[in-house]
Amino acid sequence: MTDLALDVRGLTVRLPAGADRAHAVEEVSIQVRRGEIVCIVGESGSGKSVTAFTVMGLLPKGDLVPTAGEVLLEGEDVLKAAPARLRELRGTRMAMIFQEPMTALNPVVTVGDQIDEVLRIHTSLGPAERRAKALDIMGAIRLPDPERIYASYPHQLSGGQRQRIMIAAAMVLDPHLLIADEPTTALDVTTQAQILALIRDLQARRGTGVLFITHDFGVVAEIADRVVVMQRGRVVEEGPAEEVLRRPRHDYTRMLIGAVPGLDPEPREPVAGPVALETQALDKTYGAGGLFGRGRVVRAATDVHLQVRRGETLGIVGESGSGKTTVARCIARLVDPTSGAIRLGDVDIARLPERRLRPHRRRVQIVFQDPYRSLNPRRTVGASVIEGPMNFGLARDAALARARQLMELVGLSPDALERYPHQFSGGQRQRIAIARALAMEPEILIADEAVSALDVSVQAQVLDLLDDVKRRFDLALLFITHDLRVAAQICDRIMVMERGLVVEAGPTHRVFTAPEHPYTRALLAAAPGRGFGFGRAA
Amino acid sequence: MLLLVLRRVLATVPVMAVVALVVFLMIRLTPGDPAAVLAGDNATLDQIQRIRANLGLDEPLWHQFAAWVGQLARGDLGTSIFTQLPVTTLIGQRVEPTLMLALTTMVFSILVAVPLGVLAAWKAGTWIDRLIMVVAVVAFSFPVFVLGYLLVYQFGISLRWLPTQGYRSPFADPWGFVRHMTLPALALSSIYIALITRITRASVLEVLGEDYIRTARAKGQTEAKVLFRHALGNAAVPIVTIVGIGVALLIGGAVVTETVFNIPGLGRLVVDAILRRDYPIIQGLILVFSLVYILINLLIDIAYTALDPRIRY
Amino acid sequence: MARAQTLPEEPVRAARRAPVLAFVRRYPVAGLAALILGLIVLAALLAPVLWTVDPKALAPTQRMRMPSAAHWFGTDQFGRDVWSRVVYGAQVSLIVALAVATISVIAGTLIAVVSTYIRWLDGLVMRIMDGLMAIPGILLAIALVSLSGASRLTVIMAITIPEIPRVVRLVRSVVLSVREEPYVEAAISVGTPLPQLLWRHVLPNCVPPLIVQATYIAASAMLTEAILSFLGAGTPPEFPSWGNMMAEGRTFFPIAPRIVLIPGVALALTILAVNVLGDALRDRLDPKLAKRTGGLR
Repeated sequence: MTDLALDVRGLTVRLPAGADRAHAVEEVSIQVRRGEIVCIVGESGSGKSVTAFTVMGLLPKGDLVPTAGEVLLEGEDVLKAAPARLRELRGTRMAMIFQEPMTALNPVVTVGDQIDEVLRIHTSLGPAERRAKALDIMGAIRLPDPERIYASYPHQLSGGQRQRIMIAAAMVLDPHLLIADEPTTALDVTTQAQILALIRDLQARRGTGVLFITHDFGVVAEIADRVVVMQRGRVVEEGPAEEVLRRPRHDYTRMLIGAVPGLDPEPREPVAGPVALETQALDKTYGAGGLFGRGRVVRAATDVHLQVRRGETLGIVGESGSGKTTVARCIARLVDPTSGAIRLGDVDIARLPERRLRPHRRRVQIVFQDPYRSLNPRRTVGASVIEGPMNFGLARDAALARARQLMELVGLSPDALERYPHQFSGGQRQRIAIARALAMEPEILIADEAVSALDVSVQAQVLDLLDDVKRRFDLALLFITHDLRVAAQICDRIMVMERGLVVEAGPTHRVFTAPEHPYTRALLAAAPGRGFGFGRAA
Repeated sequence: MLLLVLRRVLATVPVMAVVALVVFLMIRLTPGDPAAVLAGDNATLDQIQRIRANLGLDEPLWHQFAAWVGQLARGDLGTSIFTQLPVTTLIGQRVEPTLMLALTTMVFSILVAVPLGVLAAWKAGTWIDRLIMVVAVVAFSFPVFVLGYLLVYQFGISLRWLPTQGYRSPFADPWGFVRHMTLPALALSSIYIALITRITRASVLEVLGEDYIRTARAKGQTEAKVLFRHALGNAAVPIVTIVGIGVALLIGGAVVTETVFNIPGLGRLVVDAILRRDYPIIQGLILVFSLVYILINLLIDIAYTALDPRIRY
Repeated sequence: MARAQTLPEEPVRAARRAPVLAFVRRYPVAGLAALILGLIVLAALLAPVLWTVDPKALAPTQRMRMPSAAHWFGTDQFGRDVWSRVVYGAQVSLIVALAVATISVIAGTLIAVVSTYIRWLDGLVMRIMDGLMAIPGILLAIALVSLSGASRLTVIMAITIPEIPRVVRLVRSVVLSVREEPYVEAAISVGTPLPQLLWRHVLPNCVPPLIVQATYIAASAMLTEAILSFLGAGTPPEFPSWGNMMAEGRTFFPIAPRIVLIPGVALALTILAVNVLGDALRDRLDPKLAKRTGGLR
């Protein structure tokens, strides 16, 4: 009996006609032994998820077809298995957890019932035995009060709890292979650390083989025994984790690892420019009032004081629900602050009515997270870039001339102005969004998770661009992020927020090397791949 | 739970108020003299004056409104101009056939449409799906009275299988009821079936694209259970919603169907009122039908909370 | 076709703006529907030259004739030529459809846009719309027509008013969701004034669903007009509307079913063509609506 849980040999999966290449994955071979965690790492379009879905037999029907190779699950080729046999294997011998714990659970069924479902499908146990077994596995994934959670619906649980439920349902029948498709990508960093530890622990105790899909080298450093690097559907490098991370042989791997920012920023000179933006006691409360007094009040941001000088980058770091984006949206006056002051120079814009606010709008510009939604799909890039200057009375020709210069500045060809957003990649669209902001000649640029949706290699380039334009135009840059690594790389000062409150603020070097608040320490401790020391070589 | 029901019931109050206001203002804000229109071309001044008094049009607007709301609160929907009988009495006499027609149609439609819609979604893109969708769009496009006459022609006149006119009460003559109800219910249900089938297909199809369906498959669940347990369970809310909204279609359709099949229900009451220009009856029926519509949709709103634990008002 | 599952790879965006020919190739049934509708429109426009006689001309000697070379569809109980009446009836239905769709879309859009941007008005307008939607449309139309007397204009207005709330709701939902889009927020932060913001960024998103909705409203308006006429509260009897023809033929149905069935089938065919076209437009222009509602609202 071999100890191989999974043996993928020469797998090729065809893409539908009209895609940008012929095969989603090509001649991919991957082995996962019992008790081992193999990470497939790659950027979007690398074929890493297609590989995982092929193993489970969950490819969308008709679109993606495996055309060559074998997928041996403990010696049995699942590509040749009949549908009924495949159903038998799923949940018993192989199981899968997914990226989005928010959507991967059925919202109208209790979570206990969803664990129970696996037992109903694959065992002949009675209700009492099934319940005992489900509660048992819920204990093993360290959920508090399993009895209560058993009867809960998914929306009543946090993202981390839901992912634990997914893991419980996957592991309840002790499969020999667990496939995890970016299982922590949608989670906050502290939750991510817990889930990674949980997967590590469960798989070690039960001897499960894990195929772990991720784009994050920090996670790889944290969890992998072996690493497979994929690029455009092919395996470009594989080996033991230490080996691949320390001594990458392939250029692509080297580039990917080099693009991961480190967590130990150099000390920076304090910036001495004039104060461009200052908030005082900024508060934002949502959902106050309500006729029946049942409107839930959420204090999204409380008593926020911040100051950004020209030429300075202030990072606001926090997990989801920390209020960091609320602060950014208040400053850009996309939402109205409940109280407090927002000073641009000597003007307080916190309460200005729209008519009087307009002249000041150009001074604060914002770049959003989602590159696919931040440009109007029905208008040319040019129309989007010149819209602002023309609002403020610039003639069309002059606005276009400036737009052409800006396109070059952000690294795009001036022809881009005549094209539509859908013709550009995510990174290019973020560059366009930056150009649109710069066209206003702002004093303050807000980047609201502006690189979070991008692949790591593209992310590095856009970060460089942001840093470059900040210097060139002497901007005050307010950088909102959940990613400590990115913050460490670009920010002069850091502000850490938790549940609407600023818990710590200071120079980046100091915050990272000598954090004062327990929450900051927890965040830093949770950053994946912390012990590895990325960014040293780069 | 009780609080929730109470809150939903309270939420219907402004809707009912708007309905009452619209109905009240309709006759008062109509350009020209509605009393003259209602009296007809050959009416004497005296007749017009009588109609005006019957409708309470000869007093100041605020008095009229107060008096009218007071009447409504007492359950008084006014008096028929033609028969001089209270509108509530007339409605009471005619309500059974309409209620039976609507209920039969509704139950039949849901029983047919939901399985059809699920089947179409499951077989999406195949000829089965396409056939169901083509039949649905044709059924939706055939006006109920055209379909009604086609049915009368085929089954009543050509084949002589079923009676085509009239109504039998199920309490007095159950078999007669079934025979008399078959064709009207069939005609009236076609639009309703088409509507529910399409919504069921669309919402099941949408749910089938959700991540938790993939999760269920990853657990090794069978397609049938995936379809009925996970997909239909999550598609229930939009389906139930359209059943509620469709009640408006059903009411309109019933009026026409009763005319085609000569069923002595509320629809015929409306048609007779149109012919006799008996506006109080039309007004009363609008209020009653709107109330029924609002109440059904209130029940459906409350049913949501049972169907989807995320919905809390 | 909805994809059963999505893989987290870069989405491949389909090319926009397919020409008419490609549309017909992709939706052949819709092409056929468009052809049929085109013929009906043409017939309505060219009614006087399509071998018709005066549709109102009574001929007591020619009553209840079977179809013949002189009367293609025969004559009715007053000796009027059924073919001519059907062709002229198309005019009535199409005018009503066009007018109701246009007026309700314009009025509904205006109401929705204004009320979404004026906060205190929003609640009030939506309550009124809820109330209007609670009144069965046909009954509301019947009441309006019987109050103000039957004329073509009252019929059109009576059919339009119950359709408006649906348009308001549609536009409102699009406006509310588009308002949250980052590109709209970006336009706000570059100082775009409200009118331009609506015109450039918000309203264009309403156009595809409105075109689709307008076709469904057109179909529904033809149906309502026919029902009103059939019940005697519609187009004045001197006009040869399909509903009027069916109403007048009712009593003679057992002996001459064609008098009722011919206009009935013409009506059904026209509505079917419009609905099929609407479905195809919806699939093409507004896939999200297709998924959400299954069409036909």
